[in-house]
Amino acid sequence: MSNTPIDARGYSCPQPVLMVKKAFASQDAAYTVLVDNHAAKENVSRFATHNGYGVSVTEENGEYTLSLAKENA
Amino acid sequence: MREKRTIIIFGAIIGIISVALVYFGNPANMGFCLACFIRDTAGGMGLHRAEVVQYIRPEIIGLLLGSCLLALFRKEFTPRGGSSPFTRFIIGFFVMIGALMFLGCPFRMVLRIAGGDLNAVIGLVGFILGILAGIFFLNKGFTLKRTYSLSKTEGSLLPVTGLILLILVLAVPSLFFFSSEGPGSKHAAVLISLTAGLIVGALAQRSRFCMVGGIRDFVLFRESTLLIGFVSILVFAVIMNVILGYFHLGFAEQPVAHTDGLWNLLGMLLVGFGCTLLGGCPLRQIVLSGEGNTDSAVTVIGLLVGAACCHNFKLASSAEGPTLNGQIAVIVGLIVLVVIAVMGCKETTNS
Repeated sequence: MSNTPIDARGYSCPQPVLMVKKAFASQDAAYTVLVDNHAAKENVSRFATHNGYGVSVTEENGEYTLSLAKENA
Repeated sequence: MREKRTIIIFGAIIGIISVALVYFGNPANMGFCLACFIRDTAGGMGLHRAEVVQYIRPEIIGLLLGSCLLALFRKEFTPRGGSSPFTRFIIGFFVMIGALMFLGCPFRMVLRIAGGDLNAVIGLVGFILGILAGIFFLNKGFTLKRTYSLSKTEGSLLPVTGLILLILVLAVPSLFFFSSEGPGSKHAAVLISLTAGLIVGALAQRSRFCMVGGIRDFVLFRESTLLIGFVSILVFAVIMNVILGYFHLGFAEQPVAHTDGLWNLLGMLLVGFGCTLLGGCPLRQIVLSGEGNTDSAVTVIGLLVGAACCHNFKLASSAEGPTLNGQIAVIVGLIVLVVIAVMGCKETTNS
């Protein structure tokens, strides 16, 4: 279980989603993603939800921390 | 679901406004065309001397300011930049060469299809192939590197420049060039053009409309929201064109278009490829510039310089077809983009 955050700050879409997609290959139960724009936050959230992850978001100074956790189907 | 309904409504409004602009005087199938309008604006400023395409298009300034005002209102005005700006300039330059080979940006491509212009369907095939080429490199790790936060001054300079240009055109028109014939002479009244630009700019800011993004996100993630917007513009523009009698199905004698299929395809392939590397179509670049993204502002200037060069060096097509110089430039553009894309993947793997 790796908890190294995926740092996608400074990247705009589709890069953050691609970074998360690549990370999902390790099939961990939880990931942390850092993004700094609204579009990336929404797109990563949507992508994670589609892939069966629950998403919770915290915002600080325009930067978002997304906590993704695998939901049991 | 709500998001999809919103984008369908926004697409409908954009499609209807686009055809309405033709009704009010814009060239046929050219309610909006970022490539054509930036090219006309370059001509209006005297950056090229092709007399038939000179007019400072208020739509462009409207898009920029509409996006900027809504971004400010929604607290989404976030000045940022520093993600390979000069590479973006060069890509923008070649995107314009591809667009003027085809005679339209991706937005006008949709409007041309909506007008029954089948040459634009061939353009769409090239556009999709170009996006697929871009996606190939994105999957290989291509990136133009991250952006950084910048000052409010830096982020606001392009929108402010647009505003000053608008004031100058209205106050001292004698400074500028205005076509007396050809596409540049056909335009809606300034206030109508400006308002249309403001509305579409704001809608595009709100919805993150992007012609490239729609196809790209669908291929990459099966995400269809932006693609639905794209289809919505098409459907409503077709309906408007049929109602107003502007719909003419066929290849021959389409307005501001040529019938050379190979070069329509290759031109839009260059556009699709370049825009995928940039992360957005010309419309999206203008909208992002309005939000304070100076990488996009640099891209827009690349498009402007590309447009001027297109006419100064006879690279742009006309209704008669492409030019030899233009064909060479498109091939050079494709080679340059492949080199940029390959280098952009290598540098990621090394770092």
